[in-house]
Amino acid sequence: MAVGLDKVKPENITEEKTLVVQGMDISGHWNRMFEQRVIWDYDLDNLEKVTNLPGGESLGWCYGCAKCTGVCPVDIVGDYSPRKIHRKTQTGTDLFTSPDLWLCTTCMNCLRVCPKEVDMIKIMPAVREQVVLAGSNVPPELQKAFEDTAKHGNPLGQPQRKRADWVKKAGVPVPIMKDLKRPVDTLWYVGSYPSYHPRGIDAASAAARIFNALGIDFGILGIEEKDDGDSQRLAGEKGLFEMLAEQNIATFSKYEFNRMVVTGPHEFNAFKNEYPKYGGDFKVSHYTRFLVEHLDKLKPLLKKPVNLKVTFHDPCYLGRHNGEYDAPRELLCAIPGLELVEMGRCRENGYCCGGGGGGMWLDSFTKEHTTMRLSERRVREAAEYGADVLAVCCPFEVSRFEDAAKSTGNDKLLVRDILELLDESMRG
Amino acid sequence: MNIVVSIKQVPNLTDDLEINSDGTNVDLDALQYVLNEWDEHALEEAVLAKESAGGAVTVVGVDTTGELDGALHTALAKGADKAAKITGDYPRGTDSHTQAKLLADAIKGMSPDLVFTGVQAADDRDGQLGPMIAAHLGFPYVGVVTGVEVKGGAAIVHKEYAGGVMAEFEVALPAVIGVQAAHQPPRYAPVSKIRQIAKTAKIDEFAGGAAPGAGSTVRRMFKPVSAGHAEMWDGSPEEVAEKIVGLIKEKGLLKT
Amino acid sequence: MSNDILILAEHLNGKLADITYELAGRAKALAGVFGGQAIAVVLGSGAKVLAESIGADSILYVDDPALAQFNPEAYSRVLTALIKERGPRVVMLGNTSMGMDLGSGLSVTTGLPFIAYVNGLATEGGALVATSQIYGGKIQAEAVPQGEACIVSCLAGAFPAEAGRGSAPVEQNASPVSLSDLKVKFVKLIEPQGGDVDITQQPILVSIGRGIGGPENIELAQELAEALGCAVSSSRPVTDAGWLPKTRQVGKSGLTVKPKIYLAFGISGAPEHLEGMRGAETIIAVNTDVKAPIFDVAHYGATCDILDLFPALTDKVKG
Repeated sequence: MAVGLDKVKPENITEEKTLVVQGMDISGHWNRMFEQRVIWDYDLDNLEKVTNLPGGESLGWCYGCAKCTGVCPVDIVGDYSPRKIHRKTQTGTDLFTSPDLWLCTTCMNCLRVCPKEVDMIKIMPAVREQVVLAGSNVPPELQKAFEDTAKHGNPLGQPQRKRADWVKKAGVPVPIMKDLKRPVDTLWYVGSYPSYHPRGIDAASAAARIFNALGIDFGILGIEEKDDGDSQRLAGEKGLFEMLAEQNIATFSKYEFNRMVVTGPHEFNAFKNEYPKYGGDFKVSHYTRFLVEHLDKLKPLLKKPVNLKVTFHDPCYLGRHNGEYDAPRELLCAIPGLELVEMGRCRENGYCCGGGGGGMWLDSFTKEHTTMRLSERRVREAAEYGADVLAVCCPFEVSRFEDAAKSTGNDKLLVRDILELLDESMRG
Repeated sequence: MNIVVSIKQVPNLTDDLEINSDGTNVDLDALQYVLNEWDEHALEEAVLAKESAGGAVTVVGVDTTGELDGALHTALAKGADKAAKITGDYPRGTDSHTQAKLLADAIKGMSPDLVFTGVQAADDRDGQLGPMIAAHLGFPYVGVVTGVEVKGGAAIVHKEYAGGVMAEFEVALPAVIGVQAAHQPPRYAPVSKIRQIAKTAKIDEFAGGAAPGAGSTVRRMFKPVSAGHAEMWDGSPEEVAEKIVGLIKEKGLLKT
Repeated sequence: MSNDILILAEHLNGKLADITYELAGRAKALAGVFGGQAIAVVLGSGAKVLAESIGADSILYVDDPALAQFNPEAYSRVLTALIKERGPRVVMLGNTSMGMDLGSGLSVTTGLPFIAYVNGLATEGGALVATSQIYGGKIQAEAVPQGEACIVSCLAGAFPAEAGRGSAPVEQNASPVSLSDLKVKFVKLIEPQGGDVDITQQPILVSIGRGIGGPENIELAQELAEALGCAVSSSRPVTDAGWLPKTRQVGKSGLTVKPKIYLAFGISGAPEHLEGMRGAETIIAVNTDVKAPIFDVAHYGATCDILDLFPALTDKVKG
């Protein structure tokens, strides 16, 4: 049947979940080419609601090339991309009330490839901020993370006064600035997950042992430290981020140190790119670059071989957002016996674990709108490449990937922070 | 409808409480103060009542910490319409009798139809505020209330007894209600909104009068010595599970 | 002013609450020291038979239709009048839902000092010393009233009920004040929904607190309860959040339970909760906070993560 420019009437369309035609499996999403595409008959109000917001302007620049759709991690497990959002606002969707508002992890793969520089990292937080201020349509899980962060200084809802409890079990001295009462060379900002989450504490303890072995003159803030709030900012609570920034900068300014080292890429992003706007300009490194700078002293300490095939997951906020792809790999390659295997989606095209932009606190919500969690998709990829270990260097990732390994039946895949692998090799 | 919410700040109970050097009080200056959690419910219930029956909510408190403004801004961000504070020489730990008198004096001029306050607070040694405010104002009081509905000049309230039993009362307005729990959890006010409000909010100030005092003197405060303590089991969840099952078996309660 | 001790009897649904006996017992001992009488005040309508079974020195029963059910406004008026008329040395109320509506207000209407949350009463050289439990049970405050007389409200379970059982001569009076123009009207009692499990009849209880984290984790507790053939109960925050029905709540405003084994998972042990379960035969508490007050009443304890413990325990029970 020749399909010309006549409208194909909806009653003539049959939709099948799976379709095999002449031996070929052509199952897949409904192909919109079989409907007349409406390209002139649409209402701009919903799009303008977004583009009129400061920070939302670039959504209007989209010209529908779909380069973003190809790289968006959510589209792989759902039906979502900046281009699709642009289109949907023209055909009736109000981003302010749509669940789509909460699916973006701000991983930045779209912005990386967009010829028109449509910036979801500015657009989504701008819309989310309005929704959070209005107090409606915010997923309760996320709301709770905001509340816990505001009340307790961490999104896990743990008491502030227990933030340094992990130090007792590290097995090595971890000086706390308030008790140390002297300047240090390096102020180590530990972070909320490494302070409270059992798997985060494993990484923090490993870092403490490595810093001690290297003779680093460091100190931590202990119970004076508060969450960086960067992901909460991107999820719509800018005021919360600012409050934490003011508090943290005031605390940092109490002490004398030459440089800062952080455990996680999210605080790295906050301290490097946002804090200067609030008067806090510090020399800050992520631990991977910090340790690479000490590699000549670190390498001889890595005595025990770690005979495993290890693949590395590039964290979005260290890699794409801040251009650091090499330091983690240099550290892994310094471990004797370790075989580094690259996944297909690596470096600039790394596949997001789903934790950023508030995703860490939207798990039940996201699950309802995707065919599988982003972390599950990534874990399957790691398994496809035959890795024994999925190495990470962001505290959000360990628990996400370990849960995903279990839920995808890849129980044999180990998830380790690079710090843990270095520590294992060191304790030979 | 004019609703007044009476609040107070109390020490954050997750902090470590230390007794002061003469042993007569907790060292209150060392503590972080937060809004009394029952007052959070009172505020939520007031905003809900306003949202369903119309009117305005005014929140008021005695500023014993010098930091009450933060709590008032948060209340405004959660839906209160006006905020007021009572100032004067009232230090941290000002007793309930004094606070109730000061609050009643300020609230009198607000011509309230309903006064909501948390049914109790952690530092109410000399008594809860609600019944005292009511007595000063000459209003009726019902406390331990978990649901308020305003219908034609009266409040229908549900008062909680033990065991899940409740009593329904019809209270002619104006009245004071001691809120145990709002009928939904207190809403979150985004810090963004609180900061926005803090820039422009106007807080009415009342100079407070004489302090009647608690009527009793604390001669000693101390931490209770527990009569006993659990025998602690260390180990992994599996090891602890083993011990628990062992105990259940011992008591002959394990169904096979 | 007399040397008498007045106690307020509490009753609901035709039954006297235990607090009545606890107060009566303590009042008798105190009255002996002060050289006065322990007088139990019962307010009701056609409830004389209820008044007869209190072990005080004497019982004052005030009968009025407006007193058929507890009414804070009516009680407050009657008690204010009685206190002014008789000038007792001490007035004892329960620190309960009923008592808390009255105590501090009576302080204003009578001008007497009021001390709340009392868990200890002593006499020293003819003066009363009241110890209160404040700051969520973390601190005890020992106080002396200014002046000879005072009103106190006492925590449930602070004094033994056995000491207050017995009987005494009843004097029946009409209300000393008019109760015709009350602004508070009792409408009805609402019983909790039946048809759910009766946690007071369970030999074992799997009880969860805020530490359960969220409603999605409750099924872990339910699987364990099923394996053990018992029920899940909880502390207040869990039922307040709507994760379990109110009929599962253990504590001051919930139910009092006395199972053979009480498993407290992620419960910190606030005084209101302890009130409802400290009578259990064996209490095993698991909480990541080694300083949680629950460990002061538990017989055994552990600090491992309950979300890991539940499946391990369920496996072992089934296994």
